[in-house]
Amino acid sequence: MEDLRQTATGYGLPATARKEAIRTFDLATHTVRELNQFLHKELVASGVTKVMVSNPDGAHSIACGVNAPVDIEINGHAGYYVAGMNKHAHVVVNGNAGPGAAENMMSGLVRVRGFASTSAGASARGGCLIIEGDASLRCGISLKGADIVVGGSVGSFSAFMAQAGRMVICGDAGDALGDSLYEAVIYVRGEVKSLGADARYEEMTAADFGTVKQLLDLAGFDYSPQEFRRIASARQLYHWNADAQQEY
Amino acid sequence: MSINELNASRAADAGQHPLSREESATLDRRAIDYVQRAAATGLYEIRGLGAKRAVPNFDDLVFLGASLSRYPLEGYREKCSTRTLLGTRFASKPVTLEIPITIAGMSFGALSANVKEALGRAATEMGTSTTTGDGGMTAEERDSSKTLVYQCLPSRYGFDPDDVRRADAIEIVIGQGAKPGGGGMLLGQKVNPRVAAMRTLPQGVDQRSASRHPDWTGPDDLAIKIRELREITDWEKPIYVKVGATRVFNDVKLAVHAGADVVVVDGMQGGTAATQTCFIEHVGIPTLAALRQAVDALEDLNVRGQVQLVISGGIRTGADVAKALAMGADAVSIGQGVLVALGCNSETYLQGDEHLSALADYHRLGTAPGFCHHCHTGKCPVGVTTQDPLLEQRLQPLVGARRVRNYLKTLNMELTTIARACGKQDVHHLEREDLVALTVESAAMARLPLAGTTWIPGHNEK
Repeated sequence: MEDLRQTATGYGLPATARKEAIRTFDLATHTVRELNQFLHKELVASGVTKVMVSNPDGAHSIACGVNAPVDIEINGHAGYYVAGMNKHAHVVVNGNAGPGAAENMMSGLVRVRGFASTSAGASARGGCLIIEGDASLRCGISLKGADIVVGGSVGSFSAFMAQAGRMVICGDAGDALGDSLYEAVIYVRGEVKSLGADARYEEMTAADFGTVKQLLDLAGFDYSPQEFRRIASARQLYHWNADAQQEY
Repeated sequence: MSINELNASRAADAGQHPLSREESATLDRRAIDYVQRAAATGLYEIRGLGAKRAVPNFDDLVFLGASLSRYPLEGYREKCSTRTLLGTRFASKPVTLEIPITIAGMSFGALSANVKEALGRAATEMGTSTTTGDGGMTAEERDSSKTLVYQCLPSRYGFDPDDVRRADAIEIVIGQGAKPGGGGMLLGQKVNPRVAAMRTLPQGVDQRSASRHPDWTGPDDLAIKIRELREITDWEKPIYVKVGATRVFNDVKLAVHAGADVVVVDGMQGGTAATQTCFIEHVGIPTLAALRQAVDALEDLNVRGQVQLVISGGIRTGADVAKALAMGADAVSIGQGVLVALGCNSETYLQGDEHLSALADYHRLGTAPGFCHHCHTGKCPVGVTTQDPLLEQRLQPLVGARRVRNYLKTLNMELTTIARACGKQDVHHLEREDLVALTVESAAMARLPLAGTTWIPGHNEK
């Protein structure tokens, strides 16, 4: 079980370390389809290492399914599923993100400078999602190995059924945090309205402080790891047990 | 004899008197067993297979073969096409199948890797598709399957964009006929190291999958989710939406509005490897009723032929397939029938050329061939629904593939035989007019005339 709690995530090297070649997509004149077609089919051969997206205007599925080490900068607000299922890419949203940002991410890094709507990082298996503002309901739901750092607060049911990976919340958390947790670990700096079923507070160890520091440094947040509390699964729901007051 | 003497005599004969053995209709032996099991365990019963109760089904319909008013095709000579296209609405690479009979989604975890490989091999040989399940795609099934449908389930266990790209179609699973509204289950004894690693779970947990997708809620969101999958697959692959049969008319319409290429409707007779019995028997509607509602929905939206319909849930025979197509399905999907073809509920299993008895293993599970529903235990006596390294050897991929191929071949022969007898050169030309119902219930559900009459209950009454 500890293996799942220590899941290493591959953020990859920033693409900007290589020779820079920039391509710009203005979504006022190009479609999301054209952008994604380029990212999926033409990027590698083109030699482009950075893609700038302007006028996203809340469009959905921007830069989803990318499978290459590239820097993508979205200047404005993104709709649903920005950087969904990302592999390798480093994506920055200079604005807010709609539901399902970086859902099912496999690797790479996604940074949302503003707020993120519901289900940010849902089911993400690797890489790191950084949300500088608040995240809404169900942030990190079904998390499967990725890391999530939220600079602000998270809504209710965050980390619901989270299986592996780490979640750092610098602000507060809503109701039922970590409900039905498996082996993911949550670190919270602020207040928690309530814990979900089978989630419990645990002592912070030296390893935990190290983990929080590493993730805060990556995100660029200047908090002390000493301010965070650890939440993990009590593992009482792993097996059916008539005496455990299980309701499902 | 006085009344007192009569009563005394009855009391003395109590052991033989019929009334002394009168079973309660309310608390019959089944209900007594249920109450006592609940009292002993404090947990609901979980089991495999599908609904055991009798519900109106395709056996309640018959074909009106050709005679003077219709002209039949020669059964052994004339061409009767079975080719089936799925995903023609938006996908640039629709799925082409040689037969309209597909293999339903069943997980690696519920089934062994050998079984998944066998299903892939059989499907490939027959020119049809097989489907992944909750837990991700195995290399065995991808390598052995020419056409593989990749499920996107609420749990997202093992969900991988590389597999999305490797798949031939994507099936978003909203629900399953055996448990509409419920999530998957895989009991701890089947969560071995490989299964656990694929699902990112601790080994041996009683896995209870989510029942809601993590990143969308409701049909408006589903439309956006479908667009995301289309973007990731560059609009090449068909997107199926699978629903468990409940409010089918509305659900099919919503799936179509959301942008599905193919809608899969799974009736209450659909199978499961592990589900609460109360779900299996008491939630959802029969496949027959679901099919008619689904076809009505497509006709109401005028998208029949544009959006394909796949029906599943208790389909066993070629006649079932023919009836489903005649009622308006474009294809069927089979799970339990395929498992039975592999040897589920057989007395023996094949090792080399030798049939070995599995009776002792059934006995250890407290059951016998013909009654077994113990898929959830992982102790399948014939090696089909197991992760046990010894038991899974009882089903070798090549043996299983041959049996499933034979089964599918038989179904297809029966299908074309019936279609020819109805005068059709293409099985997709079978139509509702070719069918009548044998019971009032099936006539009402399928909205077909009762045999020998023009009466469709609740439809053409004044």
